[in-house]
Amino acid sequence: MSGPGGGPLSGPAETGWRRLSPRMLLVHPVQEVVRAAPALLGLLVAGTSSGGKGHLWSAAGVGLTVLFGMLRWFTTTYRISPEQVQVRRGLLNRKVLTVPRDRVRTVDVTSHVLHRVLGLARVEVGTGTSDRRHDSRLKLDALSADEAARLRVELLHRSPAGQFPGTQAPAGQSPTAQSPTAQSPATSPVSPAAETELARMRPGWVRFGPFTMSGLVTVGVIGGFVSRLVSEGNIDLDRVGPVRETWRWFSAMSLALEIATVLLALMVFVGVASTLGYVLAYGNFRLTRHAEGTLHVTRGLLTRRATTIEERRLRGVEIDEPLLLRAVRGARLSAVTTGLRSKEGGQRGGSTLLPPAPRTEAVAVAGLVLSHTPGATGGPSPVTGPDTGPLTSPLTSPLTVPLIPHGPAALRRRFTRAFGVHAPILLALLLLWVLGEPPLWPWLTAAALLPVTALLAADRYRSLGHALTSGYLVTRWGSLVRRRVVLRCDGVIGWTVERSFFQRRAGLATLTATTAAGAQSYQVRDVDLAEALRLAAAGTPGLLDPFLEPAGSASQ
Amino acid sequence: MSRTAIWYWAARAAFGWLILLAAQVIWLVADTAGVPLSVHVTGLVATAVVAAAHVTVMPQWRYRVHRWEATPAAVFTQSGWFRQEWRIAPVSRIQTVDSERGPLEQLFRLANVTVTTASAAGPIKVGGLDRDTAQRLVAELTANAQATAGDAT
Repeated sequence: MSGPGGGPLSGPAETGWRRLSPRMLLVHPVQEVVRAAPALLGLLVAGTSSGGKGHLWSAAGVGLTVLFGMLRWFTTTYRISPEQVQVRRGLLNRKVLTVPRDRVRTVDVTSHVLHRVLGLARVEVGTGTSDRRHDSRLKLDALSADEAARLRVELLHRSPAGQFPGTQAPAGQSPTAQSPTAQSPATSPVSPAAETELARMRPGWVRFGPFTMSGLVTVGVIGGFVSRLVSEGNIDLDRVGPVRETWRWFSAMSLALEIATVLLALMVFVGVASTLGYVLAYGNFRLTRHAEGTLHVTRGLLTRRATTIEERRLRGVEIDEPLLLRAVRGARLSAVTTGLRSKEGGQRGGSTLLPPAPRTEAVAVAGLVLSHTPGATGGPSPVTGPDTGPLTSPLTSPLTVPLIPHGPAALRRRFTRAFGVHAPILLALLLLWVLGEPPLWPWLTAAALLPVTALLAADRYRSLGHALTSGYLVTRWGSLVRRRVVLRCDGVIGWTVERSFFQRRAGLATLTATTAAGAQSYQVRDVDLAEALRLAAAGTPGLLDPFLEPAGSASQ
Repeated sequence: MSRTAIWYWAARAAFGWLILLAAQVIWLVADTAGVPLSVHVTGLVATAVVAAAHVTVMPQWRYRVHRWEATPAAVFTQSGWFRQEWRIAPVSRIQTVDSERGPLEQLFRLANVTVTTASAAGPIKVGGLDRDTAQRLVAELTANAQATAGDAT
């Protein structure tokens, strides 16, 4: 009934319930077994050591898990009608998820290794809700790869499908009742083809892999797995030969050498794991723009992911430079877009536009992405419509424009805040030492870190900056992770000016631009009050004018 | 804000303090561990003094620092004494306008209005309005917000 290519996607409203690909009968059990592996392993070991029936128990466990996995296929159905997408799932706890089709904002297609072997792909439909419950996500795990691709095109490219008969979109039955203001990317000056490549992974970028520190997570995962294995399986590490040998060799060294060895081993391991992770996650990375007004990101060496971002949802971009990456002149690029929560999306790579890559490359790609974001979807029109002109010049492009520093008061505040944290710690450690509890070395370490704090404060100040150019608000902050956010002024849906007691004394304010996109709000920190008001007034002309009286002399 | 709000804030603060005082009195009566009476009395007096100061000063101060304003184009609020905050949102980007009245607010014939935009970070709260003003504000904002097209993101 439900094999690949089984009829039109928009079936009749009543009878259109369809199943996932039957090949998932192979995948689900394996997934469940893998998920339950540590417990099953523990069951096996515990059973063997206690009564000798461990393998029986374990087999029963595997059988149950397999059955459970297969049940998932039988209980999950979905249908796509012209108005909505629905998924029914669950055996005891039936659940129907319904998403109106005009609320579909992103469609992610992921295929893990197993999926790829069997030619399957998982489809995840994202709506604009700021949902934190993963349970309420509409997920189809999994369809055949062809069908997933077709579904994605149909869900995202409805109205332009008629205008672009060259694409593989199933023209015809798609409803064209889209808001007419929404789509205007047909003016693509770059290429008349349906797809334009904006960026592609280059082998040289692998050099940024070790600096992403993603390997730390791997170390944690492996450590967690080993400890779980040891505790659940009652494995005595002392009985494993190589471990004992290493331990003996290790404990024979002096303390300093021990620390150095551990650090070195950790560094090498993290570096290798990070590089490996980088290659696996971003191998085959491609960023393309489709003529229908979407950006497509495909990536992954083993697990392939394809993310689609509608350009009309794009409100800006964010360039991140974690400290290590900044040291080697690298940067990441992600999209600031509505319908993707950047915290979650960032973690899952949902809004990534470019993996850690050379900074110049990130800026160039950001320029390409911003160069023709279509006009506003509603609300007031942008101050100066973003067009390719000012974006290409380095002095007016929001990506390269020199930022306005926040002045000496902000610099002082960075230092007082940094030492305001450091000094009490120092004092407390000193007090504890005087009272005679811990040794002196924690205090000495903390004292030795004072210059580091100062450097951090200075660097945090150096990062602070803002600008307003070509209809974009630019703000930059942070030291450990320096972020530069470029936000379209018409994406700003409100301002907040905050002034704490100390900020008032220093004449500073924190200006927050609230937006529906990305992190929902972006701050310009510790900026002069008059400058904050000027920025807000210039960003949204006319909005603040009636309210500027109470601030008195602040404006201009 | 309505001037009645001063009384409402005072009443709400007093209510909280009364609970604390009641707890202290119960402790005093039920005390079997032998804490001297003077300690109890000192505690009670200290609480009462702080409570009195809070109940009299806070509402006045709050009334002075809280401001709101709505024009056909935007909503503006000002609040906070230690951390001052000004919030502004264009009416064209308003998603919902809620009006809410708690039991105590009912008693004082007050209401508060919450204006949310598409951003999770930007709800604007106007508290302590008298009922008619709140209704008028809601009607006005709703009418103005409806006049603009698009999904206001």
